[in-house]
Amino acid sequence: MHEMSIAMAVVDQVAQAAPEGAGRVESVLLQVGELAGVVPDSLHFCFELACSGTVLEGAELITEPVAARARCGACGTGWAVGMPPELACPGCGDGAATELLTGRELQIRSVRWADRPAYADQEG
Amino acid sequence: MCRVVDLQQAVLARNEDAARELREALAARGTVAVNLLSSPGSGKTALLEAELLLAGRRGTAVAALTADLATENDALRLARSGAPVKQVLTDGLCHLEAATLARHLDGWLPEETRLLFVENVGNLVCPASYDLGESLRVALASVTEGEDKPLKYPTAFGLANLVVVTKADLAEAVDFDEQAFLTHVERVNPGVEVLFTSARTGQGVGLLLDRATAVLEGGAVHRPVMGVPSAGHHHGPPAAPHGPDQGHGHAHEHGHTHTHEHGHGHPHREPALPPAVS
Repeated sequence: MHEMSIAMAVVDQVAQAAPEGAGRVESVLLQVGELAGVVPDSLHFCFELACSGTVLEGAELITEPVAARARCGACGTGWAVGMPPELACPGCGDGAATELLTGRELQIRSVRWADRPAYADQEG
Repeated sequence: MCRVVDLQQAVLARNEDAARELREALAARGTVAVNLLSSPGSGKTALLEAELLLAGRRGTAVAALTADLATENDALRLARSGAPVKQVLTDGLCHLEAATLARHLDGWLPEETRLLFVENVGNLVCPASYDLGESLRVALASVTEGEDKPLKYPTAFGLANLVVVTKADLAEAVDFDEQAFLTHVERVNPGVEVLFTSARTGQGVGLLLDRATAVLEGGAVHRPVMGVPSAGHHHGPPAAPHGPDQGHGHAHEHGHTHTHEHGHGHPHREPALPPAVS
């Protein structure tokens, strides 16, 4: 279950990217490709644990699935590779020229930060 | 009030940075790393022991690092080959990461080592996501695991530069459908080579060493379709610039890692890896 390591990496990277004057993190938008090898349910569970005691405590993880698509460089066919993936071209049967266009993403897209109140560090 | 900040950072970027640094550091000293991935019980230790023994006879300087959740059994088995062996106990962690590997190699890996075999934790899920700085990634499956293993674990088999079938001597007994297995491999990793081996009968023993040696000598390596880094999407550069201390030489510890070294009559020299990876 490497989702814990993934969740910790997300938390670390978000915390380090905190902009000037930022307060706590409200949400993190994460792209998860169909072929990224990560289980979103498991990641949500781990994320909550990994956020504990950090500026991300209580933050919501929003995962955006990315379908895996490929293109054949030989005949130009494009297709949804599915799961388990079909990486040989359904058009010409060749696999040598297959290019995977999407599906391997494991990418933090954006972070929603609450502004830190100007008068105090405590919240409301 | 709140604001949304575009980050556009790959989650595994740090591991990938560490892997790149390790690969470069190894290349600079003339060493190639081979990352072996398989399920528990696939027979990779038996095959590796045979390959290490053969390397000794051929005069190729090899070393092996084996990672397990617990016990030193694998290191004891591999050390019978006479090659320098290191056991890494992950204390429950399901995979190795590049920074962890670099730390374990630092000060241990004998300077003359040309081929370093890394026997990853027996697991076909998690280790697949972590580049360890290897130049050859091998996914292994025994005939007893069934023909559909590559479809069940597409990331492990889809990202491999080489696929090795083990326990081939049992194929008939378990009714292994070789053609179906090859079709499944081709589906997730078109063009990858598949080797059939049996450590018991000696079938195919030496082929793994041949392929690793070819990489060492600068031979081309199969590039898996799934291996494209962060496929697609035209992501711009990260909004937050990387600081000098970000993502480099920063090791994540998930639990303690114990290390036990096995001497077995081989004096371990102390040449550390270049400072970049320590």
